[in-house]
Amino acid sequence: MKWFLHSLGMMFGAAARKPDEGELTDAARSMMKFKKLPEQVKDRKAKIAHEHEFPVVSNKWRNRRWASIVILNLLFVVSYWFDVQLVEGALTASRFFGFHMADAFSAAQVMLAFKDVMLNLVIGTTTVIVAWWLVGGRAFCSWICPYHLLAEWAEMLHLKLARLGLAKDHVFHRGLRTVLWGLFLALAFLTGYTIYEYINPVGIVSRALIYGPTIAVFWVLFLLGVEVFYSRRFWCRYICPMGLTYGITGAASPVQVEYNLEICLHEGECRKVCMVPHVLEVTKMGYASDTFEYIGADCTRCGMCVDACPQGALKFKVRGLDSVI
Amino acid sequence: MTDERPDPDVDEMVPQAPRKRLTRRELEKRRMLLRSVGAGVTLLGLSFVGYFPILKQLFERLRPPGAIAEDDFLAACIKCGQCVQVCPVQAIKLADGDEGYGLGVPYIDARQQACDFSCDAVQCVLACPTGALTHDISKKEEVHMGIARLARPDACLAMKGQGFKGLARGDLFQGLLRYEDIDRWNPIRVADHPYDVELCDLCVRECPITGAISLAPVSGDPGDKRRMPVVHEACVGCGACEMICPVEPAAIVIDPKVHKERLA
Repeated sequence: MKWFLHSLGMMFGAAARKPDEGELTDAARSMMKFKKLPEQVKDRKAKIAHEHEFPVVSNKWRNRRWASIVILNLLFVVSYWFDVQLVEGALTASRFFGFHMADAFSAAQVMLAFKDVMLNLVIGTTTVIVAWWLVGGRAFCSWICPYHLLAEWAEMLHLKLARLGLAKDHVFHRGLRTVLWGLFLALAFLTGYTIYEYINPVGIVSRALIYGPTIAVFWVLFLLGVEVFYSRRFWCRYICPMGLTYGITGAASPVQVEYNLEICLHEGECRKVCMVPHVLEVTKMGYASDTFEYIGADCTRCGMCVDACPQGALKFKVRGLDSVI
Repeated sequence: MTDERPDPDVDEMVPQAPRKRLTRRELEKRRMLLRSVGAGVTLLGLSFVGYFPILKQLFERLRPPGAIAEDDFLAACIKCGQCVQVCPVQAIKLADGDEGYGLGVPYIDARQQACDFSCDAVQCVLACPTGALTHDISKKEEVHMGIARLARPDACLAMKGQGFKGLARGDLFQGLLRYEDIDRWNPIRVADHPYDVELCDLCVRECPITGAISLAPVSGDPGDKRRMPVVHEACVGCGACEMICPVEPAAIVIDPKVHKERLA
């Protein structure tokens, strides 16, 4: 439980740490000890060298995800332009076959700013929370959010520039997102305006796709510029309060990426590709508390680490499904 | 943030301690914290830029039917555009970033495309998930978006006693209007509907609300052809008159409810 709270705390900005004696299971302790035997270390090094010689590149999950983002956003666009009425509205609020859906953070701002609890929004938010709890909370980010896709391309560019020495990643404190989350909600209440929606790139991009481009898109382009030249995945990692809201939603979701300590070589390929690498600190030697571990609330279930891990030590897992089947 | 070191500032607060030289790691961390505070303050500052157009009252937009009082409307609207999607004449547009907190909030540019109640049952109100377009209204007569005003009486053809022949807004005008005698169910292009009237009464003729506007004689002289459009209590501010007015710029315009609220 304490260890789970620690994983939650990491989402709000706490630093990753090694499990203390009480949190470490006996199995994990003995496995770690075994892994530190000289011949095991040597064996691991040999395996890693072999991997580097014959790298296996997989984009399976990335391709599925990109397809998902494109298709789901196209559904919104098509619903409007061809009047097929599948999902009407934008990502802040919509109707899916007539059922209300509302983004929890947008709805919270509206209710705080307007100082009223609107039934439709409560219904819409509940639907969204239940749905995204089921599929993994921040899965919203990597499987639907159109800004995520743009940011992913910006990230690829950033990494390319960084390799050429033309850009450097500047790290921010992850607690910033938690502070802004609280401040934007408080400000909505105090000012009576949905202040955050003014700079919300998710809303801006979603509306621009559906209703046509606006000058607000330049703000999004500026943010992408920041991500390309200054700070890798700046918005999604350190700022987006919608992302944090979905993170909370999916903290105890059945869909998890599961880490297998036994076969992990601790080489860190997963942390290199991860958008929120703090969740993968657990893959460092000595950071796992158990031989199998879910990698945390902030994980967007994007599957990049699943693709990247040469050993298959990270896998998607649906909790409880094994016992059901 | 991967290391748990004591905050360097804490060391400095001990009075006698000599000023310690910070290690590179501590310096990095301090820079990172400063950067984070800077980013947070910058973002908050930028989000407050949206206040400017509101405080300056740069825009007085005609809001869709059922819109609650302007400030409440900006708060209650979730900026999803569902009202845009259901409007059969696409009268509703979403405001851009220059309108501050109005970003993504719906408005109607009546001169380009008025709300002509082609949908009959105020679809936008039904579509609104938040009640920013209040569900208290269910028919067009209950709408109160604004009120029409003869802003340029000198330009008004009726005021000059003139008739009108041809297309009200030219053949390139994209606006739609429901002409009940032509097609009860489908609005057609205004550009497909030429007029030929002895005395221009387009604003009265195309008003979708009964008893909202009428022409009144300008003088007691029965031979005086001149008439003045008079707006009555029943006007809901839909903007059909502003859209159809054949002079450029329109002689009759809508004062949005916002305007009235601010005058009050």
